[in-house]
Amino acid sequence: MSASMLLLAQEANLPGGADTGTGEAIAFWILGPVALAGALGMVSARNAVHSALCLAGAMLSLGLLYMAQGAMFLGFVQIIVYTGAVMMLFLFVLMLVGRDSSDSVVEVLRGQRAAALLFGLGLAVLLVGAVGRAFTDVTPVGLAAGGQNWNGNVPGIGQLIFTKYLFAFELTSALLITAALGAMVLAYAQTRADAKRGQRATVEARLRGEYARISPLPGPGVFATANSVAVPALLPDGSIAPESLSEIIDRTEVAARPEPTPDDAHALTGNGARTDAVEGSEA
Amino acid sequence: MSTTYYLLLSALLFSIGAVGVLVRRNAIVVFMCVELMLNAVNLSLVTFARINGALDGQVMAFFVMVVAAAEVVVGLAIIMSIFRTRHSASIDDANLLKY
Repeated sequence: MSASMLLLAQEANLPGGADTGTGEAIAFWILGPVALAGALGMVSARNAVHSALCLAGAMLSLGLLYMAQGAMFLGFVQIIVYTGAVMMLFLFVLMLVGRDSSDSVVEVLRGQRAAALLFGLGLAVLLVGAVGRAFTDVTPVGLAAGGQNWNGNVPGIGQLIFTKYLFAFELTSALLITAALGAMVLAYAQTRADAKRGQRATVEARLRGEYARISPLPGPGVFATANSVAVPALLPDGSIAPESLSEIIDRTEVAARPEPTPDDAHALTGNGARTDAVEGSEA
Repeated sequence: MSTTYYLLLSALLFSIGAVGVLVRRNAIVVFMCVELMLNAVNLSLVTFARINGALDGQVMAFFVMVVAAAEVVVGLAIIMSIFRTRHSASIDDANLLKY
C-alpha cells in the first residue's frame, strides 16, 4: 500500500498531472507574459529581424510551457524544429530578401489597419470570453492518471503514431517530400533570364547601337607622352581628346602650389650668414 | 491555477497573430504571424490532451508542426521567387492578378 501511495505521489508530481502545482504556476506566470510580450513585439516591431527574434522568444517559452504540461516530446520538438530550424530559415530568407525591405506605411485600403485592430480586439474578447466561461470548472484528468497504456510521453506518442494514426503519419511523409520538391522548384535560381552577357553578345549589342558609342572610351596616354591618368590623350592633330579626361579631374579644384623659395640648399639650415661668407670668399 | 489559463493564453496569442497577418505588409512577417497562430493552437491542443488524459491531442499538435514546417518551406520559396521577379517582399506589390 505504501508503495502504491508513493507511486501516486510521484505521479502527482509529474508534469502534466491532474492538478497544477506551485512550480507550474510560477513557470506559467513567467513564461506566459514572456510569450505574450514576444508576440506583441513581433507584430509591432518595424524591423523584420526584430520580429523574428521576438517570435523566437515566444516560441521558446511556448516550448517550455509544453514541457510544463507533460508534453516532453513536443516541447523538445518545438525548441529544435521551431526555434532552431524554422526561425533560422526565416532569418536566412530575411537576409536573402533584404532586411531593409521594411513595411510600407501607405494604406492601400482606407482604414484597413484600424479595422484589423478592431477585429483582433473583438476576436480576443470573443475567444477569451467563450473559453473563460466554458471552462470554469474543469478538472483535468491528467496524463499520468488517465487513458490508454500510459508508460511515458515518448513511448505513448510513438505507440499512437504507429498504430492509430499510422495512415496520417505515412501521408505526412508524402507531404514532406512534396514540400521539399516544391521548394526546390520554386527557389531554384532561374539564371537564364539575367545571365551575364558574353563578349560576342556585347560586340553584337554595340554594333546594333544599344550603347552610346561603338568603341570604348579612349584611354589616357594614347598619342601622349605619358600614360598617367592626369595626362589627356592627344588626337592625331595634336589636340586633346576630351573624352579621355576623367570627369573627376575636371571637377577637382586644384590648389595653387606655393612658390618655392629661390634660396639654395644652405638657406634651409637657417644659417644665412654662411652663404654670405661663401659668396665673399668666392669674390 | 487552473488549466484554463493555458487556453486563455492560447486565445490571446491567436488573436495577436491574426492582427499581425492583417496589419503587417512584409510577406515574411505575415508568415511569422501565421506561425504564431499555429503555435497558439498547438498550445491549446496540448492543454486539451492534458484535460482529457489522452495523448491524442499531442499527436495532433505533432502533425500540426509537421504541416507547419512544410508550409514554411514552400511559402518561403514562393516569397523568394516573387522577390526575384518583383524585387519586393511587400504583399501590396504582388498585384498582377488584381485587374
